[in-house]
Amino acid sequence: MQGVKEKALELLRSGKVDRVLGWKEGEFFYDLTPAVFESEAAAEKDFCYSLFSGANLSKYLISESKKEGKIAVFLKPCDSFSFVQLQKEHRIKRENIYAVGVQCDGMCDAEALREAGCDWLTGVEDGEILTVHTLYGDKAVEKEKALLGKCRSCKSRRIVDYDELIGAQGEDISSHRFDQVAQLEAMTPEERFAFWRGELSRCIRCNACRNVCPACSCEKCVFDNPASGAQNKAIANSFEENLFHIIRAFHVASRCTDCGECSRVCPQKIPLHLLNRKFIKDINELYGPYQAGADLDSKPPLMDFSIQDPEPSIIYSRGGSGK
Amino acid sequence: MKQIPRSQLNQLFAAISEKQKLYLPVDDTTGQSVFTLWEEGMCLSSGLNTIRSAKDAFFPQVENLMGFRVEERQIQLIETRDPAEPFVIFGVRACDVRSFGILDRVFLAEPVDTYYAQRRENCCVISLACGKPAETCFCTAFGIDPAQPEGDVTCWLTEEKLYWQANTEKGESLTAGLPMLENADPAAVEQEKAAIRATVQKLPFGGLDLSAFGQGRTKALFDLPHWKTLSESCLGCGTCTFICPTCQCYDIQEFTGGKTIRRFRCWDSCMYSDFTKMSAGQPRPTQTERFRQRFMHKLVYYPDNNEGIFSCVGCGRCLRKCPIHMNIVKVIKTIGEAAE
Repeated sequence: MQGVKEKALELLRSGKVDRVLGWKEGEFFYDLTPAVFESEAAAEKDFCYSLFSGANLSKYLISESKKEGKIAVFLKPCDSFSFVQLQKEHRIKRENIYAVGVQCDGMCDAEALREAGCDWLTGVEDGEILTVHTLYGDKAVEKEKALLGKCRSCKSRRIVDYDELIGAQGEDISSHRFDQVAQLEAMTPEERFAFWRGELSRCIRCNACRNVCPACSCEKCVFDNPASGAQNKAIANSFEENLFHIIRAFHVASRCTDCGECSRVCPQKIPLHLLNRKFIKDINELYGPYQAGADLDSKPPLMDFSIQDPEPSIIYSRGGSGK
Repeated sequence: MKQIPRSQLNQLFAAISEKQKLYLPVDDTTGQSVFTLWEEGMCLSSGLNTIRSAKDAFFPQVENLMGFRVEERQIQLIETRDPAEPFVIFGVRACDVRSFGILDRVFLAEPVDTYYAQRRENCCVISLACGKPAETCFCTAFGIDPAQPEGDVTCWLTEEKLYWQANTEKGESLTAGLPMLENADPAAVEQEKAAIRATVQKLPFGGLDLSAFGQGRTKALFDLPHWKTLSESCLGCGTCTFICPTCQCYDIQEFTGGKTIRRFRCWDSCMYSDFTKMSAGQPRPTQTERFRQRFMHKLVYYPDNNEGIFSCVGCGRCLRKCPIHMNIVKVIKTIGEAAE
């Protein structure tokens, strides 16, 4: 964690950048807010990088990089995949950005601490075993249990694109992130249908998943456009509601980097990332291994054609049996 | 004052359920507390507050208002209102009980919203004192006492017992039909109340300074530049509005299916880009105006129209659930300081 705030201050002091996109100190130790700092004094006062800097800042660059001047951004490995994917989609102006890659051991979540039985949180000390301070005394919590869901199945420690690094460059890691998808594939269609109906029945259609998603960057979403005929503030029936998430997963397929923000922000704890991971797993199996945002040059398989592409019959024959 | 051992809560819930539907906080599959229709085998959640507020009981997210059928040259109206039936909602915290009064001032003012009124009349509210408040609670800033919540019945849960105090006729009549409740000494809960009141003294925002807000503050606050910085990273999602116990805005839309039409209402959010969009366009073109609307409504406009009452109850849900951790406490502190 060391050196991140110092870097922000230095970049502003030297005039290398005009603004810094980072995280702002909250009212508690865990409620950091993404924020833009325009002066060294402002950053000195409020900039904070901690165990709770989980939010992916990449999507803010869509608007921030179009403003005057240069902006610095701090990117964890997973965030850097979104950063690259947004460049590939021509959504951000790279020349206006100074990207600082920050190595990361996983970010924590206050909700996870509460789930681990910590009430009235007052502080935390880092370590393999976290010491969580509460009004009712200190509690030891394994860090693994306090991590954000997305960090528990981290896919890579590699920072894909950056101008400067804090900490060492890392590598892709095998994280068993498709295990849960495989479990779902192994279910009967009826079981799988029941699983998703149950999970998606909790949706309150707050759109947090869509709004946070770096792959959801349409200027006007079809679901927000009263003229589209698909605007849908309410549920015609519960099945139609479920389709919102399935359609969104289709729309981001082969562009989704599996950054995990959708599940992080869901107030109802719906494991939305599993829908996206199913697509990623299928794409890997049908078109060969592909990771969105891992490089600047490759074409997403669903936006490209090659003679080796599998015939539809192969896809249909996989049926619901799981592979 | 009545009492029942905690071990017999199941019998109590079963007895209430015999005569009417009973909703109470139960943990869902993710471990989050949700108001759920009680069935045999369900346990009261040990969580402090439900993720969605108790307003859902009176103001559901989606509700059919009426239907139309076109036949020949006639338009026939179809009644789609749910039949009125009495129900009980148990385990409502002090903040949520107070929110009902705030919603009442909107929905029960002339012209009375009969859909809402019907549910309010049919409901018996059983509140539950907050034995273990959280650091995100700040109900005391709005004069709410979590040791003595309002409601038709007030309950206190201690290690061994549930204490039960009927406050209204509705509460008395429910109590009369529950013979398993034994008489208790009212002094029994005094210790519990004192403990709660001592704990809430330590709430970090329990004494939040609201002096910059309230009636007549529109001009002083509306044009502050801080709205822009506060709203800068807002995602424009509806999480805060949908989990909020006092947010009450809705939209009315129609499903059309050839000769039949269903008119319904659904929660709307001032955070959304098409909120109150009119033929002339969107009155709040950017997220800054939408964000300002939400907090000005709670802290200035609503008090303007309701004798200074704020439409926030300090439940702390937005402190926990906002994806970017922006919330009403940060707004009150920042705007409050700027206004001085």
